[in-house]
Amino acid sequence: MYAQLVETGVKRVKSLDEMSPEERNFQEKIDAEIKIEAKNWMPEAYRQTLIRQISQHAHSEIVGMLPEGNWVTRAPSLKRKLQLMAKIQDEAGHGLYLYSAMETLGADRDEEVAKLHSGKAKYSSIFNYPTLSWADMGAVGWLVDGAAIVNQVVLQRTSYGPYSRAMIRICKEESFHQRQGYELLLTMMREGTQAQKDMVQDAINRLWWPALMMFGPSDEHSPNSAQSMAWKIKRQTNDELRQRFIDQTVPQLELLGCTAPDPDLKWNAERGHYDFGEIQWDEFYEVIKGNGPCNQERVATRRKAIEDGAWVREAAVAYARKQQNKNAA
Amino acid sequence: MHKHDLIPYLLLLGDSALIQGQRLCEWCGHAPALEEELALMNVGLDLVGQARNWLEYAAELLDDGRDADVLAFRRDERAFRNLLLVEQPNGDFAVTMTKQFLYDAWHQAVLQGLVESSDERIAGIAAKALKEVTYHLRRSAEWVQRLGGGTDESRRRMLEAIPAVWRFTVELSAGSDNEVQLAQAGIAAAPAAVGAAWLKQVSATFESVELPLPKAASHFYLNGRQGLHTEHLGLLLAEMQFLPRAYPDATW
Repeated sequence: MYAQLVETGVKRVKSLDEMSPEERNFQEKIDAEIKIEAKNWMPEAYRQTLIRQISQHAHSEIVGMLPEGNWVTRAPSLKRKLQLMAKIQDEAGHGLYLYSAMETLGADRDEEVAKLHSGKAKYSSIFNYPTLSWADMGAVGWLVDGAAIVNQVVLQRTSYGPYSRAMIRICKEESFHQRQGYELLLTMMREGTQAQKDMVQDAINRLWWPALMMFGPSDEHSPNSAQSMAWKIKRQTNDELRQRFIDQTVPQLELLGCTAPDPDLKWNAERGHYDFGEIQWDEFYEVIKGNGPCNQERVATRRKAIEDGAWVREAAVAYARKQQNKNAA
Repeated sequence: MHKHDLIPYLLLLGDSALIQGQRLCEWCGHAPALEEELALMNVGLDLVGQARNWLEYAAELLDDGRDADVLAFRRDERAFRNLLLVEQPNGDFAVTMTKQFLYDAWHQAVLQGLVESSDERIAGIAAKALKEVTYHLRRSAEWVQRLGGGTDESRRRMLEAIPAVWRFTVELSAGSDNEVQLAQAGIAAAPAAVGAAWLKQVSATFESVELPLPKAASHFYLNGRQGLHTEHLGLLLAEMQFLPRAYPDATW
């Protein structure tokens, strides 16, 4: 999940009786699973919530390139290098696609990016963790893209049409990344040396809990969920999605021959789900607040890229204008 | 000609594409716009893919147990045959695009010759690569125009970038004796023809935005075709080859 703690700005979900005729008409469309399109009337809070969620999602794609960029110059074979480059390229593409979906809501990409750089806008907490070995490239693909897919598969049915369609396209590529990440780890575990196997287990130990945090706070501490669910921006709760992710991931973990850093992780036959330990929520909130291991570096890198590139963008605009004038003359 | 005589040429093509691709990887997350993140990685992806094709063929001809990965990740810098131009540091976007453009113009001219190669394997790889590189060249030429004809600032940077890398272009308009012989045998692109096509493209693009064309680069002491590189390649390889060298028994 690339969006966490998205503010709705709404204290309490209104009932149909309390709504204006426009609001009621809107809510009835949502309830009937009719997609909302850019030109349809929508409550301002719905629009703003979507802008926040989609921009957060887009920012996550872009910031998410950095931990991979850390290893793309050190990929250990031509095949792995090509795979990682293709994944990074896809992520830049997802970012573009999502910013476009966001702009259908009247938001401006440059303004939203400026919010990212000033620390006002968020991106997924997971990208504030460092990638410390090559195995992290596999673990990120498997766990991080894996967690993202669990959320995004559901978001394919989200109520806003352009976002829903973006998700359908993005999900296909993310599943591919997840399989590649898992295959990378499987190769290291099955054909690799002991040092490589240790690398894989170490990557899982470091990224397991941060991956679970990607789903956001537990439902009881998720103040915005009720409204987002009523608007069908969100379709399932954080805890439901987290449980689904764990249930599907543990068998893959066992197939790898690795363990999770959670002594409480075990199958509960009665519930038909895996039980798992308590997430360190203090850590989660600290990372969200900007105090994670890489928050400062990630934002500083992105800000520098855009600042350093200002003269390039200005040149492109100036040249295009000159060409236009020349053609008009 | 013996098949073995092809190897240095295949390494020139493969190593140049690989090193240029590696430099493009360094831009990841630092590009001046999101569209450029996509484009730089896309071009890099094409080049590393082409490098794999050339190095696989070289490895087959070498037939000494090394595969394309060993050639890419275990050779020392003295054994690399890439053009000096592509190993130069990225600098700012003006330097990066100048390098890219000068390389693309050479690359396209070479590939246009190679699609006619009497060696079918070479002709096949070149045909696929030519489609990609035609796009690379169009894009980098457009950036030279935008930066050269954009703002005072971008033009100033271009006027600094061109002389900084121009001395390495001596390798783009002259080939080794081995290449001349391969060209006479109908296998390689003729270096003189490549040099002429390269100069024509560069002159036209520079002229379109009134960027002065420097006088032809003269002999340079170092020579990528002989494995005599600038100091930059060693550091680039130290990074690129780190994992296979640190874990020689590993399978990735």
